[in-house]
Amino acid sequence: MGNHSDGTPTSSDAVAKAGHEEVDKFQDPGLPPHRLRLADTDPKAAKRAERQVAILFGISIIGTLLFFFAYFGIRLDDTIATLRMQNLFLGLGIAFAMLGIGTGIVHWARALMPDHEVSEERHELRTEEDRLAAVQIVDDIVEETGIKRRPLIRNTLIGAMALAPLPAIAIFRDLGPLPGNTLRHTLWKEGERLSRDPDGTPIKASDVTIGSAFHVIPESLNSLEHGKLNEKAKAVVLLMRLNPEDLNPSAGREDWAYNGIVAYSKICTHVGCPVALYEQQTHHLLCPCHQSTFDLTQECKVIFGPAVRPLPQLPITVDSEGYLVAQSDFHEPVGPSFWERG
Amino acid sequence: MTSTTQEKYVPKTSTGRITDFVDQRVGGSGMLREFGRKVFPDHWSFMFGEVALYSFVILLLSGTFLTFFFDPSMAETHYNGSYVPLKGVEMSVAYSSSLNISFDIRGGLLMRQIHHWSALLFVAAVSVHMLRVFFTGAFRKPRELNWVVGGVLLILSMAAGFTGYSLPDDLLSGNGLRIIDGVIKSIPIVGTYISFFLFGGEFPGTAIIGRLYMMHIMLVPALILLMVAIHLFMVVIHKHTQYPGPGRNDRNVVGYPLGPVYAAKAGGFFFIVFGIIAFVAATFTINPIWNYGPYDPSPVSAGTQPDWYIGWVDGALRLMPGWIFNIPMEWHIPLPWGVNTLTLNVLIPALIPAGLVFTLLFTYPWIERWITRDDREHHVLDRPRNVPTRTGIGVAGFIFYCVMWAAASSDLIATHFQVSLNDVTYWLRALFFIGPILGFIVARRVALALQRKDREIALHGRETGRIVRLPHGEFQEMHAQLDDYKRYKLVGYESPLPEEGIPNENGIVTKTEKRRALLSRLFFEDRVAPATPSELAAGHGHHEAIESSDETKSVEH
Amino acid sequence: MKALSQKRRHPLAALALLVLGLMLTGGLYAVVTTVNEAKADTTTFTAQQVDEGEKLFVANCATCHGVGASGTDAGPSLAGVGAAAVDFQVGTGRMPMQMQGPQAREKPKQFNADQTRELAAYVATLGDGPALPEEQYIDGKGDAAVGGELFRVNCAMCHNAAAAGGALTRGKFAPALAGVSNSHMYSAMVTGPQNMPVFNDANISPEGKRDIITFLNTIENQGSPGGAKLGSLGPVSEGLFLWTAVMGVVIGFTIWLTSRTS
Repeated sequence: MGNHSDGTPTSSDAVAKAGHEEVDKFQDPGLPPHRLRLADTDPKAAKRAERQVAILFGISIIGTLLFFFAYFGIRLDDTIATLRMQNLFLGLGIAFAMLGIGTGIVHWARALMPDHEVSEERHELRTEEDRLAAVQIVDDIVEETGIKRRPLIRNTLIGAMALAPLPAIAIFRDLGPLPGNTLRHTLWKEGERLSRDPDGTPIKASDVTIGSAFHVIPESLNSLEHGKLNEKAKAVVLLMRLNPEDLNPSAGREDWAYNGIVAYSKICTHVGCPVALYEQQTHHLLCPCHQSTFDLTQECKVIFGPAVRPLPQLPITVDSEGYLVAQSDFHEPVGPSFWERG
Repeated sequence: MTSTTQEKYVPKTSTGRITDFVDQRVGGSGMLREFGRKVFPDHWSFMFGEVALYSFVILLLSGTFLTFFFDPSMAETHYNGSYVPLKGVEMSVAYSSSLNISFDIRGGLLMRQIHHWSALLFVAAVSVHMLRVFFTGAFRKPRELNWVVGGVLLILSMAAGFTGYSLPDDLLSGNGLRIIDGVIKSIPIVGTYISFFLFGGEFPGTAIIGRLYMMHIMLVPALILLMVAIHLFMVVIHKHTQYPGPGRNDRNVVGYPLGPVYAAKAGGFFFIVFGIIAFVAATFTINPIWNYGPYDPSPVSAGTQPDWYIGWVDGALRLMPGWIFNIPMEWHIPLPWGVNTLTLNVLIPALIPAGLVFTLLFTYPWIERWITRDDREHHVLDRPRNVPTRTGIGVAGFIFYCVMWAAASSDLIATHFQVSLNDVTYWLRALFFIGPILGFIVARRVALALQRKDREIALHGRETGRIVRLPHGEFQEMHAQLDDYKRYKLVGYESPLPEEGIPNENGIVTKTEKRRALLSRLFFEDRVAPATPSELAAGHGHHEAIESSDETKSVEH
Repeated sequence: MKALSQKRRHPLAALALLVLGLMLTGGLYAVVTTVNEAKADTTTFTAQQVDEGEKLFVANCATCHGVGASGTDAGPSLAGVGAAAVDFQVGTGRMPMQMQGPQAREKPKQFNADQTRELAAYVATLGDGPALPEEQYIDGKGDAAVGGELFRVNCAMCHNAAAAGGALTRGKFAPALAGVSNSHMYSAMVTGPQNMPVFNDANISPEGKRDIITFLNTIENQGSPGGAKLGSLGPVSEGLFLWTAVMGVVIGFTIWLTSRTS
């Protein structure tokens, strides 16, 4: 079919003309003639459709019965298997009950109800007369209030309206306390023992072998009466031991580690997920939420992902009994950045 | 108003008597006359709005059941329900009551799963519905405001989903909340305060679940109901749009009358949607909170992700590098009173993509209207191929969204396709910029190609697959001509030409007008004009042999 | 009702049997090799086993780990890794490695149980290291709730809360734990294979490890009460399922609903 015009604008001059020439356009042939369905002409087919609809409704009835059977018939005996079975049959019961009704009605409508497509005129949204009248009415109303002529009223009204919602904001002030400097402090303090999460038993330096990773909480955390989770959310620490020569402490931080044992905040400096994935060969820490990767050998500098700041390090040492203790609190706020952080 | 002074009308059938009884008390006859036989066009792509509405109804039903057993308290307790691997574990009352719903209340687990599956389906149906409206141009005059209401509904549906996701106070949703807290804290000036007010102090505090619960069961559903009412009211005022075709134009609606066919189909469809959700809830686990354990700020699970509709924002957070060419994305700004921190590595991905998507979504009807200067009312839809540029824009936006969406599952892509997590991120970062551009170009070209195919079929008929050898030896494939109805479907559309800038009253083409002309060129320059009757007539001359061979076909058989 | 419940349990029974079999072989294996010896100790292995092990080592492992297992550029020294490391690495087919890569992958075992034990015997002579797990700690009869807590704190961040596995950096990953034998789980914890940290007995006590194993056995055997698990991968697989399967069914119904009958 080599002589077919392919319809590209360049190859067919008719294309360039179309759009201007309203005359050269296909006329709407109107609605296609109605096609009769099998059920419209063949009473047997209609009868068959009727039976099918009835069967579907019957399935729905069976579904409802199945639900009751599952609800009262299946005894939960504290095992997962019975619960799973009850859930399955309760759900299937409802599913059959619903699908039976739904498919039955739709089949009824498709096969047996009149299927003549109807064309209905759209009414105009409003008459041209109404439209003018509406505009006129609004104009009149505005005019009668005189708001355009009396700017003093208008401006003070705007001022009042702008201020009036403020109490609705202010009234929420007591939703919570002011931040103060709570974000800058954690439970860690000089001499606070590092202990295992979750049972809170203290950790000896000799317990931490090379390649180990301990999940650590302050020893005093579990004895807190209130706000345990709040303190835990800031204080959790990951404790790892590397070969001391793998650590490259910067000036002033040489004694923050003990025999290659280092403690870093577990709270990501990005948006606060626990950075708990420690790769003991590459010495990388990975956050499972947004994949920020921190390099333990470079004081937890960010080497990949959305975080910017390194994880804060907790300076540690050992006490007289050989237990690991903090030298002080963190030297900077832990977790995600905030405006006042500085 | 019918004349009531006439002799009294007495209905004869029993249904008639009931109708009349109600009518005499509430006066619904006028409404029934208006709506009883109202015509609705029928097309499968019109059903997603209904899927969304029905999912919402199912959400209300199953959610009400859940409120009877759920306790949004964050007080500490020890679990003593029947799930063995959590026996005696310290947890919040909220989590414990969610476990009790799952393990100790008959049908409770099913209701939780129905509720969660229909929540996912609700947002998905809203999204598909909006895509359908966008690609078919149903947002055009007079429906712009309803498009905006739909956009608000999309945001509300996401809000409803998110507030519900956090309620069980499990490890997964708790870490999700912690991410939200981190994002809030990054807001300049007020971020820390908002975080403290929202959580009633430091994260996680003891207030957040109760507060989210209130929003989840009252504020957000009430707003959704209000918006749904406005949305449907406007649908009634505008009447439904219809696809182009023979007998359909901007002045009529072609379809089935509400009663009985359409009402039966739409009503039946509610039961079908309910049945599908019940089936899925019976057979597929969703949000197995017993796996995650109670919220505790120390642990986290691999594969910590939000539900799908928040995924794109989470993906944007993952894609953003903290350092770009050794420039940190966190700035310390010295101000007279001290140094403040601007956390761009969180702010940019959390605000810019979502801001961009929703701003464009809400303003698009007016942008297109400004470019095309089309002030007419449209009730006949565009086939997406017939508006290639809009289709391209839609596909570009869709890909932009999907890249972020995929980024939210970067770790699972890495493990399941056995590639490096870091490489997945690098690729998606590149696709974030390239993908939408490629998508625009390809989609527009595909749309134009489809138009060309339509034109070809309209003029020369469709291929029959039968090859005949002509007397002089040439082989030709037989084409069967279309009937007028089918052909009209392919040719009955508008194909405007690009427009030059229009001078204003001073005869000057303003800068804005020039810009508009440029966009108009972008919109309409590449075009395939619809076939015309004269082309068809001209074509017939060439193909007489073929038409006659169509007749021989009937002889052969 | 009873009959139905039995029918329903049927496939699970097969699974349970499989796990039980795995546990039994693991347990038996432990009994045969180390009768209640926690310390690295060559006395539990016979001299013949050590000899055989050395031969196997020279033939199969020395290319990378060097003669005398002193390590080369291609493989680390094995002094002090202990018999447990061999039990895990060779017993799961990770060693010998097929090729260098981000991490050694599990594959069909190259050595049978006897040979693995001989290799373990040889490696155990190279230096003190974790011994093969004691049977009492891998019987899966600890406290699942305590184990669950320990698992969430120490393991879930890499292996996923439902032990479905997770990604690490640059192509490495933490594998899913379903189907791993109890003895291999224990060995992995004490030796820290590949990039997994070491969880020595001071970090998680042997009883704690037993609880963790019990927890993992429990969640693996019980399955999900809500139906199919969708890989236990969380919201991503749920969303994917919704957008493909559920949306597909919904669209199918909408097309049927709006089509004409013949």
